[in-house]
Amino acid sequence: MSLRNIFRTVRSTHSYLLRYNYLGASFSNYKSVVPLSTNIPALKDEKVKVTFVLNDGKRIETEAKVGDSLLDVVVNNDLNIEGYGACEGTLTCSTCHVILKQEDFDRLPEEASDEERDMLDLAYGLTDTSRLGCQIIMSKDLDGLEIQIPETINDARS
Amino acid sequence: MPAPPFKMNFTYSKVMVRMLSFAQTIPRVGIVGAGTAGFYAAMHLSKNVTNIQIDIFEKLPVPFGLVRYGVAPDHPEVKNVINQFTKVAQHPNVNFYGNVTLGKDVTLCQLRQNYDAVLLCYGADEDKTLGIENEDATNIVAARNFVGWYNGSPSDKNLKIDLSGSTAAILGQGNVALDVARILLTPVDELRKTDITEYALATLAESKLTEIYLIGRRGPLQVAFTIKELREQLKLKNCKTIWREQDFKGVSEMVGYLERPRKRLTELMLKSLQDNPVDFSQCQRLKYFKPIFFRSPTKFITGIDKKLSAIKLDCTKLIGDKLEEQRPVPIGESEVIDCSLAFRSIGYKSVPVDKNLVFTKYGTVANNKGCIIDNNVSSDLGRLYVAGWLGTGPVGVILHTMGNAFQVAKVISEDLKLSTLSKSKGGFEEVRKIIAKKNNFIVGWAGWEKIDKYEIEQGKLKGKPREKICSIDKMLEVALM
Ligand SMILES: Cc1cc2nc3c(=O)[nH]c(=O)nc-3n(C[C@H](O)[C@H](O)[C@H](O)COP(=O)(O)OP(=O)(O)OC[C@H]3O[C@@H](n4cnc5c(N)ncnc54)[C@H](O)[C@@H]3O)c2cc1C
Ligand code: FES
Repeated sequence: MSLRNIFRTVRSTHSYLLRYNYLGASFSNYKSVVPLSTNIPALKDEKVKVTFVLNDGKRIETEAKVGDSLLDVVVNNDLNIEGYGACEGTLTCSTCHVILKQEDFDRLPEEASDEERDMLDLAYGLTDTSRLGCQIIMSKDLDGLEIQIPETINDARS
Repeated sequence: MPAPPFKMNFTYSKVMVRMLSFAQTIPRVGIVGAGTAGFYAAMHLSKNVTNIQIDIFEKLPVPFGLVRYGVAPDHPEVKNVINQFTKVAQHPNVNFYGNVTLGKDVTLCQLRQNYDAVLLCYGADEDKTLGIENEDATNIVAARNFVGWYNGSPSDKNLKIDLSGSTAAILGQGNVALDVARILLTPVDELRKTDITEYALATLAESKLTEIYLIGRRGPLQVAFTIKELREQLKLKNCKTIWREQDFKGVSEMVGYLERPRKRLTELMLKSLQDNPVDFSQCQRLKYFKPIFFRSPTKFITGIDKKLSAIKLDCTKLIGDKLEEQRPVPIGESEVIDCSLAFRSIGYKSVPVDKNLVFTKYGTVANNKGCIIDNNVSSDLGRLYVAGWLGTGPVGVILHTMGNAFQVAKVISEDLKLSTLSKSKGGFEEVRKIIAKKNNFIVGWAGWEKIDKYEIEQGKLKGKPREKICSIDKMLEVALM
């Protein structure tokens, strides 16, 4: 993990604790709070390439650290996707909805849990290859992943 | 290049000056309501309009609206969104002005005179009533007031509620109804670790409630709660969910035709219905959660002192083709449920704070994609927009309010880019003078940070993430310290 990222993580954890000083059970879900536990030393600094396709069609290619969640990738690379990750990876907001290509979806090692599906059910434009970014952990096998960020609004609604 | 003659230089610099002053015309947007919609709209505008100045006016001295006063205390994860809002508030072009009420301290017209655009996001605060006999009886409580009470809302802190009976009925089957049920059924010691108010803990600790009905006029296929909240309720410790088998007649046959979210929700209900009852005999102080369907309240029955003793319900069946639009009609039979406490949780409407606002019959401000249709357009008034529950009605979760706020903010930013702002509007400097006449204390972001710090410190003393200040006077005192 680069120094910059350590700084980021520590800083965000710190302000998080200051702002909403709660020590609830869901901490285990807040992946960037426990970065070291997801980083097996041997995998340190291993990186893969991922491409985000934003809802205006813009493509952003970036590097993702093995062991990080897609939410971490968005935050650590300042991808600036509005509203993304509102609940900070605690599976309670669904703002981290992403759509994958079928072949990418199929190569994810784990299927979505019931709790992830429960949140996905709230998302606009839910597809068969939808996932929550905070639940996808980068691995070497996921090199070249293409992630589509869907529209957060539904024009039919208002 | 030879130096241009003096004359030309003169006109040249004049053009420059004009261009500069044009570039410096600051687009000013006034936002009313510092809840989910207000902050997300400000997020989009501050990122997408150069030079913009955004002022957020909030009725309370504290920000975050329903994220602070609606979201249940045992859902702290949901409140992480506050960190995103805080970043917006810290943006150099965004200001927060708390303790300023539209309709009391400043009028809509005054805001429009001083801003190029005014965005109303003041939510839907008033609860809808049933309009049935004895609705004013003692111990019939609006769910929204109960939520405000346990969350420390200054206007609800004095709510009178009697939890000494064994049975309560919640009328309505949305997520707020489930929040109320869960808070009443959760072992109180689990709530002690949350930011629930101390007085609510004390009252809940004395509660004798063991049975809670969740009553809906329609069937299992029309429930408004979402699957996450139901799953949580089904997993609650020491609590058993009892459905009525007859309510589910024909439901499993429908499952195959449903869209994924409703399909999964319905499957979860069916699974819970069929689950062999876990052995609860070991559990101490077992409580019961009883959702019932096809029952429409028609009368509250009262005993001595106008105290609630039971609810009369009409049995219903559904008519209409589309599942979501099916309506309940009475079938001529009724049922009486004994209970000493009832919560009304059938929806909200927005308060008209200004006589010029046109409301729909659903209690929302009439609008077209967030633009408020305005008949007496006058060029010196800023344009008017609406976002969040005030415009959409009280539906959906933060995610949906966020989407709506982005959408409306996009319209505002496009309108601002298209319009030629000839002259900067007065903005907060002018509005401040108006407010000062009413002798108001305005709480800025720094004031909120003091309140925040104070609440966290008070919480620490009790092993809680925070202890909210529930009185406006005390908030002002801490903020202005
Ligand atoms: C009980 C409850 C629990 C909920 N729980 C969840 C949850 O767990 N997860 C989730 O995703 N969503 C939840 N929601 C939904 C979520 O809160 C809403 O989607 C969202 O907050 C609506 O945002 P809003 O900005 O329209 O309104 P609000 O958040 O209500 O904001 C309106 C703001 O305007 C202010 N205001 C009112 N009148 C005036 C005035 N005259 N002048 C100035 N300011 C004024 C209010 O004080 C408030 O701050 C819950 C809702 C409720 C009611
Ligand atoms: S960040 Fe909230 S659900 Fe993923």
